[in-house]
Amino acid sequence: MSSASAFFSSIGLPEIIAGIMVLALNAYVLMGGADYGGGLWDLLASGPRRDAQRDLIAKSIAPIWEANHVWLIVVVVLMFTAFPLAFSTLAIVLHIPITLMLIGIVLRGSAFVFRSYGSSERRTRRRWGVAFASASTVTPIVLGVIIGSVASGDVATASGRIGAARFTEIFVSPWLAPFPIAVGLFALALFAFLAAVYLTVEAGDDAALRDDFRARALAAALAVAFFAAVALFLSRRAAPRVIEGVVGGSWAWLLHLCTAISAVTAILALWGRNFRLARLAAAAQITLILWGWAVSQYPFIVPMTVSIRQASAPSVTLTLLLIGLGGGALVLIPSLRYLLRTFAGRAAEAKESSS
Amino acid sequence: MSDLLAARTQMALSLGFHIVFAEIGIAMPLLMVLAEWRWRRTGDEVFLRLAKRWAKGSAILFAVGAVSGTVLSFELGLLWPHFMQFAGPIIGLPFSLEGFAFFTEAIFLGVYLYGWNRISPRAHLTAGLLVAMSGAASAIFVVMVNAWMNTPTGVTMSGGQIASIDPIAGMLNPSSFQQSLHMLLAAYAATGLAVAGIHAAILLRKPDSRFHRRALTLALMMGTPAAILQPISGDVSARTVAIWQPTKLAALEGQFATERGAPLRIGGWPDVDAQRTRFALEVPRGLSLLAFHDIDAEVKGLAAFPRENWPPLPPVHVGFQLMVGLGTAMALVSLWAAVVMARTGDVMRHRWLLRALAIVTPFGFIATEAGWTVTEVGRQPWVVQGILRTADAVTPMPGLIVPMLAFAALYIGLSAIVVRLIMTMVRETM
Ligand code: HDD
Ligand code: HEM
Ligand code: HEM
Repeated sequence: MSSASAFFSSIGLPEIIAGIMVLALNAYVLMGGADYGGGLWDLLASGPRRDAQRDLIAKSIAPIWEANHVWLIVVVVLMFTAFPLAFSTLAIVLHIPITLMLIGIVLRGSAFVFRSYGSSERRTRRRWGVAFASASTVTPIVLGVIIGSVASGDVATASGRIGAARFTEIFVSPWLAPFPIAVGLFALALFAFLAAVYLTVEAGDDAALRDDFRARALAAALAVAFFAAVALFLSRRAAPRVIEGVVGGSWAWLLHLCTAISAVTAILALWGRNFRLARLAAAAQITLILWGWAVSQYPFIVPMTVSIRQASAPSVTLTLLLIGLGGGALVLIPSLRYLLRTFAGRAAEAKESSS
Repeated sequence: MSDLLAARTQMALSLGFHIVFAEIGIAMPLLMVLAEWRWRRTGDEVFLRLAKRWAKGSAILFAVGAVSGTVLSFELGLLWPHFMQFAGPIIGLPFSLEGFAFFTEAIFLGVYLYGWNRISPRAHLTAGLLVAMSGAASAIFVVMVNAWMNTPTGVTMSGGQIASIDPIAGMLNPSSFQQSLHMLLAAYAATGLAVAGIHAAILLRKPDSRFHRRALTLALMMGTPAAILQPISGDVSARTVAIWQPTKLAALEGQFATERGAPLRIGGWPDVDAQRTRFALEVPRGLSLLAFHDIDAEVKGLAAFPRENWPPLPPVHVGFQLMVGLGTAMALVSLWAAVVMARTGDVMRHRWLLRALAIVTPFGFIATEAGWTVTEVGRQPWVVQGILRTADAVTPMPGLIVPMLAFAALYIGLSAIVVRLIMTMVRETM
């Protein structure tokens, strides 16, 4: 209890902005993450309804992916405005994986529109489809690797040794290690799970297509559990701080309990074909995992050396930023609701209007 | 190639690539809205076809603009971590506001492109208008950042450390207005005349196509006013540079000696060793007149500044000449089109005008690249004028030539594909 009250009394402007940053990352994972997962299912499309699967995925992603993608930019902008020291530390040490992620983002976005708007010739379209799907698969792995290497504390350590150690020790080994890679695969599995669950809802009343994605969602749930176990196992050595936060902290058990409840609910709901409930539970599960990671790192942005307070910009910047974010949210939230409402259940309706 | 040079090249390539898509992203929505509005007003189906065609082409360009912009936001840190650590708190505010502009743009673009049959006509037109407005807003915000790098206000230094900051003053720095205006006009002029040029070229072969006639008229409605105003706005920019960045002014004019009644040099090549600009056509007292609106004003030459603070001269001087030359040509052709339009109400029968329009098709984009070269290279060796040197801002990560080459290959590949796709689309309308 005492640690909880200490936590609340330590909340100031920097912590609030950091919280908003995690919120934006959360939105990116829930919306953009599912777009990546969709790419994986495009790659793995199979069976008699292979083309229908790909069609549904493309139709669900098309109107919203650019908007979903902006969340990542918001995270980056908040980071360099409010926590410039953290931004530069990450940008220096993680130059290579960030560059790889960027190349993935570029290939994925362009291949997607080239497929939708380019030649209608089947072979060309398929080639763009493969490029889109492969980039969608690789990019979330790299994103997970980045998060994993930050959590492990190796980024901060490497940052302190710039100029005093070999190239690979600073720029490669913090992220090319078992734990970050396990987190990367965990992230891919989570996104795939999320996408498949969303697609069961998107499929509307095409029962066969819905069941295709139900089966995929259940398979992805297994992969999530597997990679979670691997990451947890590896973290005992690689990221002791995180593991301490995740299993040891005073809030941890509560977060864990909620995560477990949502995970089980999602699977049961899928099993019982209550797809809307499954979607809600899957979103809750991923949200809780993300916040579990964020809370376990607290008060560090780059554990174990760069704390939120240390990295934070002067308070005048933070105040203005908060005002700007408030004003922006007033524009953003109604617009986003309008977008989602306009295209809700689009795949099902498109079928209606074409028949 | 040194790491610093590799980093600068990568930054320049990324920005030079992005800016083309950004300009189109600012201006095309306006054209689409114009076409759709004409369709609603006149019921002429050709306008609807036009709006849909343009929307289809733009969708590709928007996506490439979005992904290349994402690369840029990360590159600021990947290549210039010390710059961002220093400048983030001061210029993060316009970047954050830009983030919201991106949101509205991306959201209503989705609504616009995919919502033709889902929402009311009025809502659809409004969505298009919102895309056009947020594109312009994002350009203004990001150019404010660049303006701050040229004329950094809102920061006081003491002993190489930041003593205090004022982000609002940073945002409203002395170049913000001029540069944003010049950039917006550039976007409308470059895109408008490029679209006009493409349709003019087709009309030369198929003079009776109603589709291309309508397209040409709309594109001229957007492009010509901007192209005519652009030299005036450029003059305002130049005068700001004269006051705040005298080294840049001297470099872009090829002015080595400090003199009263300095001449305006047209063309020429700055010979750094001999400290004079050769082969230029000199207009007596022209520079003093343009830069300070006084034919006897004193213009500081490069010799007045320490050699290590000189920017690389040839790209800056030549870039400036190129921009002004192309800008003058665009303005003249636009004036011509405006006069023909006012006198006869029909540009289509003037084959020479159509030819001229076809020739200026790429001019705006080339002028843009040249203009950014002037601005950015002309600021060297500073990344933040007078405060932070580019060499001190670069990342300690070695081997930067590798990512530079990777991005260069990526951009070349993407450009080739985009050009091919757009050409196929244009051919489909013929
Ligand atoms: C269609 C494109 C285009 C055209 C026709 C022109 N410009 Fe330009 N110019 C730009 C596109 C541009 C730009 C790429 O948008 C720049 C780079 C930075 C900026 O604010 O605008 C620029 C910068 C720029 C600068 C440097 C500002 C600075 O460093 O702060 C000056 C002095 C001028 N311009 C002047 C002119 C003049 C006198 C023109 C006369 C015709 C002209 N420009 C035409
Ligand atoms: C907000 C907008 C911009 C920011 C924050 C920005 C920032 C930077 C930075 C940090 C550098 C590296 C340091 C340097 O060499 O000066 C740079 C270089 C450069 N940028 Fe900009 N830039 C902006 C806009 C642009 C645009 C739109 C273009 C052109 C299309 C451009 C063209 C260049 C070029 C050509 C260089 C290389 C300079 C050289 O090689 O000397 N910049 N910019
Ligand atoms: C350092 C400089 C720059 C950065 C970091 C940057 C960043 C970005 C980002 C992240 C996006 C994608 C938004 C989305 O996902 O929809 C974008 C798009 C855009 N940028 Fe830039 N940008 C820079 C320079 C510029 C400049 C100088 C202009 C001025 C014309 C500009 C105008 C635009 C516009 C209009 C778009 C949206 C259009 C489109 O999607 O094609 N940007 N930029």
